[in-house]
Parts: sequence; structure tokens; C-alpha cells
Amino acid sequence: MKGRVALGLAILALLALPLVLSPYRLLLMLPFMAYGVILLGLNLLFGHTGLVSFGHALFVGIGAYTGAFLTVRAGIRSLEVIVLVAAVLGALAAALVGLLCVRYVKIYFGMLTLAFGMVFYTFLLKFYRLTGGDEGMQVLRPLLLGFNLDAMPKTSYLVGPYYYYCLGVLVVAAAVMWRIVHSPFGLCLRTIRDNPVKAEALGVSVTRYRWYAFVISAVFAAVGGALLGPPTGNVDPTLAYWTHSGSLVFMVLLGGFASFFGPVLGAFVFIFLQDAVMSVVPYWRLVFGAILAVIVIFAPGGLMGFFAGPRPS
Amino acid sequence: MTGAAILEARDVRKLYGEFVALDGVSLAVGAGEFVSIIGPNGAGKSTLINVLTGVLRPTAGTVRFKERDVAGIGPVALTRLGLARSFQLVQIFPDLTVLETLLAPVISRLGRGTSLFRSLAGDRETQDGALEVAELFGLADKRHLPARQLPQGDKKLLDVASAFALRPEIILLDEPTSGVSTAEKSAIMEILVTASRRMGLKAIIQVEHDMDIVFGYSDRIVALHQGKVLADATPAEIRADARVVDTVIGRRTGAPC
Repeated sequence: MKGRVALGLAILALLALPLVLSPYRLLLMLPFMAYGVILLGLNLLFGHTGLVSFGHALFVGIGAYTGAFLTVRAGIRSLEVIVLVAAVLGALAAALVGLLCVRYVKIYFGMLTLAFGMVFYTFLLKFYRLTGGDEGMQVLRPLLLGFNLDAMPKTSYLVGPYYYYCLGVLVVAAAVMWRIVHSPFGLCLRTIRDNPVKAEALGVSVTRYRWYAFVISAVFAAVGGALLGPPTGNVDPTLAYWTHSGSLVFMVLLGGFASFFGPVLGAFVFIFLQDAVMSVVPYWRLVFGAILAVIVIFAPGGLMGFFAGPRPS
Repeated sequence: MTGAAILEARDVRKLYGEFVALDGVSLAVGAGEFVSIIGPNGAGKSTLINVLTGVLRPTAGTVRFKERDVAGIGPVALTRLGLARSFQLVQIFPDLTVLETLLAPVISRLGRGTSLFRSLAGDRETQDGALEVAELFGLADKRHLPARQLPQGDKKLLDVASAFALRPEIILLDEPTSGVSTAEKSAIMEILVTASRRMGLKAIIQVEHDMDIVFGYSDRIVALHQGKVLADATPAEIRADARVVDTVIGRRTGAPC
């Protein structure tokens, strides 16, 4: 009950923010919401299935570049279409990559996902004509629900309609993921996380369910990735780089993987903390490295761990 | 054994490199039987269990379950056909509650594992199935406890109960009372014999070191020694078999650890 009230208040606050927050901070809310979607997916793999992917930026990159290709090359600017195509492409890529990865666990799974991420990164970097190489590609302003909002000033577009669009996607993504983790399927994933040998003995096919979770998490990553492009109007290969995958894992740990909204909170704190630290010192990675060390050693439950106690499932 | 065999291993050999773990083992289990497999450490009991549960593929010989070849088909497929197992070393899901642990096999039995958007909490059939088993095994009061917080005896019981929740035709129990106190042993056995009757299991196979339990519950005992079947007979006949008494029972093997 307390959780529901908190959730309701959080959604109300997110709805009201454009009325009170400065445009600068509202612009920071956009990547937060995109990462929120990505991390809801990543945590299905991490928190629920017990697999740490160091290559999820691959799927974020696929989503982001889908927006660039569709708006610039194909003349398709509907964000609904972009999100849908990103989801399908993310699923297809994950279906193939997953076939090879889900047979492995722990560090081997992590390294294999990282390797595929690097393959895609190199592809984006080297196929200059197709992808624009290290300069990346432009993303044109997408139509929202069919409305062409080109006449609006860019900032007004982003902190107004685009903000609410992202919020809508985040809310829908959270609702869908909530259903998934509270479904029979979600429980099967947690049996695999806790004890794969026992899970198999109870009829849960470990590799198949890991594959399902991998594909679903990639769909969320690609959808979130598609939302990352429009605010900057540009996508580049660093979106698919392995340090970006690392940041995703960091955000999950920061917020707490044992809680449903932990990763979303992690994304929020990451974005705003990064902004705050960068305004003081340029070495934000140094500060974040120290924070990561403190979390792992002293607060393995992340920020949510302070509210909820360790590992509710 | 009388009647048709449900589970049958014939001339099973299993080699690990040069080492012969099973050397022509034949075994058949029919409806209504409680069969115990005994033997000193290294006799091949664990290998036999892994062969019977489809985890290991025998080097030679056949394993048939309900007249189907099941050699090496793996635990997931065998579970679906109706053969479940529990483990010698307790296998639980540490962070899942007792109820969740029992829900998983029910989901699996009902084929609902891929129901992505069905509410688990609102699925009465699954919940009732799990609760029924929790009650049969005396775990209903503890259903909301995480498995890791249970006392050792209850962990063992939960491991067995989750296998029962699959409602298998045959269950294979790998030392169902190992690692628990003597006082708890007979309580566990009583619970699982009652449960198997209520749930309509066709047969139980157990590997057990505790001879009181072996002789107290078995219809038939299979004694393994150095990868071979030394004897396959009723408890009374086994007791009268000097070879078995000398090599298996007399040695007091496998003191509980």
C-alpha cells in the first residue's frame, strides 16, 4: 500500500515537473526516462535471471540508430513506428546473440555479450558510409502520435510534448515489466537465478528461459535507445561502446537490482549526479568509480536497499 | 516386480574414461513399488540416479520410461514425462519463499511458464496446487518464509515437496533423509509416504544409507557393488543374503555427514 502511494506520488510529480523545473533540468529528465526503460529491461536479466550483461549498449545502439535511419534515410518520422521497429530489431538481434550467449553464465556470459557489443560498435565506427562513422548520424525531430511539431522551438518541443511522450513510454514499459516479473514466467526466471540445477529438475528449461529474458531485456533496451536520440538530435557509436554497457550496470547497482523500481531510481540519480559532479570537476568517472566501490562494499542493495532492506522478491 | 515396468534400465554401462562406474546394471520398477537402492560409497548409486533421471547418457544399454527411450534426454524432458527427483545435497532456491518454491513446479506441470502477462498471484489453480503440497508436507505455516531461513529438516522436506508438486508418476529420492537428525528421519519418511499415497504416485525409488529406513519402507531392495547389481530382492531375502550383508549392510557405510 505504501508502495502504491509512493508510486502514485512519483507519477504525479513527473507529470507536474514541466510546470516547475527549469528547461535545463527538464532536458536531463529525458535521458533519465529513456534509461529508465532500458534498465527495467536490463534488470529482468540481472536482478531476476542472475545474468550480468556487459553488452547491453548493443541494443541501446540498435534502438538509437533505428531512429536515425528511419528519420533521415527512410523519411519515416513517426516515433511510434520508430519505437516499434527498434523493438523488433532489438528482439531479432538479441535472438541471434542470445542463442550463443545464454549457454554461458557469470563472467563468460558477461564477456560474450561484451564481445558482441564491441563487434557492433566497430561496425558503427567503420562502416562510415552507412553509419557516419565516429561522427554518427543525425536524428530528425520525430512526429508524436502523428503530430508534426516542427514549428515549435526545439527546447519547447523537448520539455513539453517529447517529455510527456517519454513519460508515457516509461509508464507503459514499467507496467508491462511489472506484469512480467509478477507472472509465472517471472517466477521461473528467479528459480534459475537462485539454483539452475534445481530449476531444471522442476521442469524449467534454463537455457530457453534465459534466452527469453535476454530477448525481452533487449526489446526494452532498444525502445529506450530510440528515445535517447531525439533530445540531442544525433546518435554516435559511443552509445554502443562497452563503457556505456558498464554505465547501465552501474545504474542498476546504484538503484538496487533487488527492487522493481531500483534501477529506475538508479538512472535518475546517475543522470543528475553526473550533471552535478561534472559542473564541479571534469573527472566525473573518478567520483563515480569511488561511488561504485562504496556501493559494492557497503550497500550491495543499492539506494533502494536503504528503504526496503535486502532482497525482497 | 510384478506387472509392466514403468521405469526400466537394461544392461546399463557407464564409463568415465577407463573407470567403469556402472557395469551392466538392469533394474525395473513397476506400479505400486517402493524400491531402495543401496550400496557402499563408489558402488555407482549416484551414476545410476543420474542415468535414470536423464542427466547422464549411458555408454551402453537402454533406459526406458513408460516404454520410451529416455537415455540422456535431460531432466526437463523427463519431468514432463512424469519422473521427478530430489537431491542428496539439499537443493533449494535460497531467496524464494516456500510457497514460491512450490509454485514453480506447479507452473511447470500446468505448462504456464511462458505466460508472460498472467498474474501469478491471481492464478487460483497454480496457487491451490502449491498450497496443497505445502499442507501435505506441513510447510503451510512457513509458506511466506524465504527458503534459506528454514531449519535443515524443512529445507530437505521442501526439496522433496517441490519434486512432489510436479505430480510425477515416479519419484526418485536421492537420500531423502541425509543430513537431518535421526529424530527427523522417520518423520520425513512418514510425510512423504503419506503424500505419495494422497497424490497418487505410482512408485518411489530411493537411494538411502540408513538401513532402518531402507528395511522399514521398501518393497524391494537393489544392492549395488562395484557397478554391478549384487542383489535385487525383498527386504527379507536381502537380510538373509550373506553376500549383501557382508559387502553392503555389515560395513555400516555412509555414516551421515
